[in-house]
Amino acid sequence: MSTHKAANRSLTLRLCLFSAGFFGFGFALVPLYNVLCDVTGYGDRSKLRTAAEVVEAPVSDRLITVEMVSSVPAVGDWEFRPLDPTVEVRPGKLHEARFVAKNLRSQPTVAQAIPSIAPQQATRYFQKTECFCFTPQPFEAHESREFVVRFIVDPRLPYNMDRLTLAYTMYEAPDKVALAQ
Amino acid sequence: MSTVQAHGVAGHHADAHDHHGPEKGWRRWVFATNHKDIGTMYLLFSLAMFFIGGLMALIVRAELFQPGLQLVDPYFFNTMTTMHALVMIFGAVMPAFVGLANWMIPLQIGAPDMALPRMNNFSFWILPFAFTLLLSTLFFESGGPAGGWTMYPPLALQMGETFPMTIFAIHLMGASSIMGAINVIVTVMNMRAPGMSLLKMPVFVWGWLITAYLLIAVMPVLAGAVTMLLTDYYFGTSFFQAAGGGDPVMYQHIFWFFGHPEVYIMILPAFGVVSEIIPTFSRKRLFGYDTMVYAIAAIAFLSFIVWAHHMFTVGMPLAGQMFFMLSTMLIAVPTGVKIFNWTATMFKGSLTFEPPMLFAIAFLFMFTIGGFSGLMLAIVPADFQYHDSYFVVAHFHYVLVPGAVFAIMAAVYYWLPKWTGHMYNMKLAKLHFWLSTIFVNLLFFPQHFLGLAGMPRRIPDYSTQFADWNLVSSIGAFGFGFAQLLFAYIVWQSIRGGAKATDKVWDGGAPQGLEWTLSSPPPYHSFEVAPEVK
Repeated sequence: MSTHKAANRSLTLRLCLFSAGFFGFGFALVPLYNVLCDVTGYGDRSKLRTAAEVVEAPVSDRLITVEMVSSVPAVGDWEFRPLDPTVEVRPGKLHEARFVAKNLRSQPTVAQAIPSIAPQQATRYFQKTECFCFTPQPFEAHESREFVVRFIVDPRLPYNMDRLTLAYTMYEAPDKVALAQ
Repeated sequence: MSTVQAHGVAGHHADAHDHHGPEKGWRRWVFATNHKDIGTMYLLFSLAMFFIGGLMALIVRAELFQPGLQLVDPYFFNTMTTMHALVMIFGAVMPAFVGLANWMIPLQIGAPDMALPRMNNFSFWILPFAFTLLLSTLFFESGGPAGGWTMYPPLALQMGETFPMTIFAIHLMGASSIMGAINVIVTVMNMRAPGMSLLKMPVFVWGWLITAYLLIAVMPVLAGAVTMLLTDYYFGTSFFQAAGGGDPVMYQHIFWFFGHPEVYIMILPAFGVVSEIIPTFSRKRLFGYDTMVYAIAAIAFLSFIVWAHHMFTVGMPLAGQMFFMLSTMLIAVPTGVKIFNWTATMFKGSLTFEPPMLFAIAFLFMFTIGGFSGLMLAIVPADFQYHDSYFVVAHFHYVLVPGAVFAIMAAVYYWLPKWTGHMYNMKLAKLHFWLSTIFVNLLFFPQHFLGLAGMPRRIPDYSTQFADWNLVSSIGAFGFGFAQLLFAYIVWQSIRGGAKATDKVWDGGAPQGLEWTLSSPPPYHSFEVAPEVK
């Protein structure tokens, strides 16, 4: 079968390159995914964590309920909760909500809160002008702190939504914070 | 396959003197480069994995026999569901099809062997190591992987020392599949006998050629996804860790970009098998050969653009939901073409019901049931209801067990006399068929009802309203499981001896293809001189 040898070798090589290309494609899906998130506003993490340049718009008479949810992952020793579990909000008006976090350990640490909005379609209408989630937050041992988030719900929020959830997960991640920025 | 006729078939006993036969003892298997030996090893390995994976399924069904927690603790239950899937997909179904490819592709295209025999040896021998790695985790203190075979983060990132073992086992299985696939493509593209143009190839070869392309496209993507898990776990990257700005949902997208073509990797060769068997026992040519080939290609293409239907509930734009719903439903068109073509092949045929034909017809019926429940799951609003329920379990088991596994059994019953040179016990094989068919329906059909009534999957306990159908399903599981011992016995019997099979094996039928021009069993080195195909 010597006649086949050269042809087999070159085809094998090309197929190996094809496989290697798809291995690379798997990783290329990561930036591609982020682009898609930006375009559609779904799971758009960068937007969730940057301050929006908005001013108060004419306040509408709609009343929206925003539920505040906090959670801590299994690792780490934290206390983290909203001061008011629900806030009644008028679209276009600047509102604020407060959270309390406490480092339960006897060492200083750094925490990073990661926000998320449900339903996801509302993400693009939920604009934060100030948030503790924009930057890592250093904590002393046993330190307890109060955090503020200020936000405006865009009056263009679709009419089928009258209840939003703003959820924060507080991660203790001194080494991850640099990567997140 | 319009006119395939072999002329001047050489490689028969006559030229045995130029060649040594198989090596003696263990060297024959460890250093195997002969496609028949490697095919046999793949098939036996897959049979062993089928029983190991089956045992795990029986542990799951035993626990689910009645409500409450009786036999195993929930962590071990989760380990069993996870391992059952990994073992059955990567250990039983995929190697079985690679084994069939090894045995049959060279015989069907008139090639003396696979194109890359040493790589063939390597790709087989990786598998025992991969599964030793995977199965050994059961004996770890932390237990085996229990986060589901899909290994979604963040749960997968909370596994103990089983985590790297599982990941490396998957890397090895992937490497093995990629090498096997490259071998198939090179063999089919370069080693066909003169006159065997692409559109004269048996549909089994076509099914495998396209499967092989799917494999080399998506197995590397899976390798990439699990590598990202690995670096998230050990090197502080944040592909999927929300804390560092990653997104666990992205894993699901990458995983199912692999996962959906994987579904077709497990079924396209089965389509090929059925396309060989039905014409033989209908004594007619396959109806619509060309459309069969195009349908396989169309399904393969569509399999790349439907992945997100596995994850409608994670939230995506309406346009995305519509796109994935409609493209998923579109798959029903080429699949329907195939189902109708097989039916048309049987129409006005002179049918007989030998064991391979029984399994092929059962495939046709029950794969279609699985296809229909798949269409139901494709409907976004309905999927929100069915997602992660037993309805999904019923759906994919219908396409995989009476689908892929029945096709593998049909293939074994079809070609076993060709491989061993002995007919097997037809009465026992028919008994095996009826036991399997009755019990497999008893096993999986009630799971549709359970799912529609709201029973979630992957949970070791359930509400008492689900008790009756779970009991029925578990009885079906044990019946189906024990019926497979009969299968192993029939195969063993045929290897040991039995009535001599003729070259054509199915003398009453109308088998097409070059493999039937060889003796049964075929000489150790067949088609040394390429047959001519007109």
